[in-house]
Amino acid sequence: MSGLTTSLPRAAWLVLARDMRLAFRRWEQVTHPVVFFLMIASLFPLALSPEPSQLRNIAACVVWVGALLSSLLALESLYRADQDDGTLEQLTLSGQPLAVLLFAKTLAHWLLSGIPLVVAAPFVAISMGATGEAFGVLMTSVALGTGVLSFIGSVGAALTLGSRRGSVLLSLLVLPLALPVLIFGARATDLAMRGEPAAGPLWLLAALLILTVTLAPWASAAAVRISLE
Amino acid sequence: MATWTWFHKLSSPPHFYRIAGKMIPWYAIPAALLIVAGIYGGLVTAPADYQQGEAFRIIYVHAPAAWLSLMCYMTMAIAAAVGLIWRIKLAHALAAASAPIGASFALLCLVTGSLWGRPMWGTWWEWDGRLTSQLILFFLYLGYMALRSAYDDLTRADRASAVLAIVGVVNVPIIHFSVYWWNSLHQGSTVIRKGGPAMPPSMLIPLLMCFAGFTLLYAALACVRVRAEVLHRERNASWLKELGQG
Repeated sequence: MSGLTTSLPRAAWLVLARDMRLAFRRWEQVTHPVVFFLMIASLFPLALSPEPSQLRNIAACVVWVGALLSSLLALESLYRADQDDGTLEQLTLSGQPLAVLLFAKTLAHWLLSGIPLVVAAPFVAISMGATGEAFGVLMTSVALGTGVLSFIGSVGAALTLGSRRGSVLLSLLVLPLALPVLIFGARATDLAMRGEPAAGPLWLLAALLILTVTLAPWASAAAVRISLE
Repeated sequence: MATWTWFHKLSSPPHFYRIAGKMIPWYAIPAALLIVAGIYGGLVTAPADYQQGEAFRIIYVHAPAAWLSLMCYMTMAIAAAVGLIWRIKLAHALAAASAPIGASFALLCLVTGSLWGRPMWGTWWEWDGRLTSQLILFFLYLGYMALRSAYDDLTRADRASAVLAIVGVVNVPIIHFSVYWWNSLHQGSTVIRKGGPAMPPSMLIPLLMCFAGFTLLYAALACVRVRAEVLHRERNASWLKELGQG
């Protein structure tokens, strides 16, 4: 045994870089959730009406429900492949703190699933009749919110790893926990679209992000250990 | 050390099985008396509310159910944490037994809230803050039970659902306050507030009896369910065979 020759920051960086590289080689993993997001957004005008005044009222709701659902879809890919090929086991046995490695994995997942949604959100908002001045708040709130969703979701994904039915169960676990994000994110976006100050809900989202980033990796690590037993 | 020996003794399944069996009537009989007396007091002797008329009387079921649905979740999470940290199987059994009870009380609270909403708000369902957070609590219970049933192996089901219960209990206040902030048409709390409760004693005493009765009912139900869990988990243990023969 050579002991730990890799420092912790470097190990975390390697995990992050590996996940990014893998995702860029399998590009559809990144694009599918965004396509799903755009499709969900296009359902609302079809189901409601093409009337711009009605659509403008529900623009924030459409963006946020779409972002929530497509980030749920993306969660499937967080640990599944790594569990199948044994990478997750190796990470657990590596001697590095598992929570930090999972933090790196979840950060990679957020960069790959959250950031595309941040880019796509203004297009959806435009199609729903929103105007340009709200885009700053919209993109900030989606960035913060998808971060929280990735970290909460990583706990859920880790918990469902060892179970028989994956994806529906994952949604059942994660959706109730994700509702505060939906409430604050949609409220911030809605306020900004009405031209009112949206700092309050944005700060609350940021606080939620700090809380989940601090606590969720430990819960994920415990859950991964249980799933691999 | 003496304080811990009873704890260890209690956490042994045969001992607990015996104790819980003896405790059931001690919880169930006072629970029945208190609930009957409280409901009678609430439905018959308490005066009608000057604003809500007779419709307010559903509070005698609604409020204790709401309290218990929260208390069950707390019990479940604490038991799950104890089970996860000290690897006490009985604590996991208590968590597993509490979930369906809590879910039933949450559902009871939702149904009575909806019935209460019909005369008060004119609709069966109003997206009001407290009712909505109760709905989300119900969803949290469903998620917990779904995760539990997704594992074949009992030990893994115990430990995975314990992590979920702990994550959930951290989230419950956040969810509650975010929903509360999102919207509230609900009347303020009438039992606990500054300067004493806002109810006259003729209304309050039956309500407190219902609270106590429902809590004891939970204790009795939990004893029955944990005993069933113990039987299921220890079905191959020798002490059960001896119990069956003896």
